Amino acid sequence: MIPDSDIADLRRDMLAFARLQISDPHLAEDAVQEALAGALKNAAAFARKASLKTWVFAILRNKIADLLRSKYREPVTTTDPDCKHCAPADDQYFDDNGHWQQDTQPRSWGDTHWLADNADFWKVFDACLNDLPAEQARVFMMREFIELTGPEICATLELSSSNLHVLLHRARLRLRACLSGQWFGTEESA
Amino acid sequence: MLSCEQATRLTSERQERSLTLRENTELKMHLFICSGCREFGRQMDALRSLIRRQPGDKPPED
Repeated sequence: MIPDSDIADLRRDMLAFARLQISDPHLAEDAVQEALAGALKNAAAFARKASLKTWVFAILRNKIADLLRSKYREPVTTTDPDCKHCAPADDQYFDDNGHWQQDTQPRSWGDTHWLADNADFWKVFDACLNDLPAEQARVFMMREFIELTGPEICATLELSSSNLHVLLHRARLRLRACLSGQWFGTEESA
Repeated sequence: MLSCEQATRLTSERQERSLTLRENTELKMHLFICSGCREFGRQMDALRSLIRRQPGDKPPED
């Protein structure tokens, strides 16, 4: 049996995750409620808490993806050549010629496979994700966690595909720099 | 020759779309001489596989 306090924690984490993706708080709440109820029906099969959490989030991710695809889809009416959403470029990674600064050049992370099961790593990962400018974090999560396609994200957020690519590029640069500094310790600054 | 900024942009976009032949060639030439950008590419692959291959069980069809 899973303690109520664990369920409350799980629910809070799920809601935070859903709210990032779905602006309507009622829809976000509904998605969390449905995912949680569906998962708990079969909770006996999930003795391990970590496993339950992974499983519940996978269900929630599917629900959010469906919601974003259906209710939120609008035709793309605007393109934004200057990419107002994109936030300023992170120039600190490159010098004037566009080459890595000495202390920002990526260095090997070594073997990363074992990290998938490491809760401490995912805590640092979350912190790094939260440090991204909101628009970058949002598209990165939609793309990598919810696994929407590029065109689906562009339709949902009314972004041009080139703006999406700019946002993802900046998000990835910043995320990897943060992880290098905060987890891998391979670069001085992050 | 591509700058590292351009090379990381193409490396990022490679996860989103097929690169043109020309982009691919330019990227390969850059990666041949630039260990930082090669490492960037490995880290992007690592991130995607870590995020998408979370531990635990597959969710039910619902």
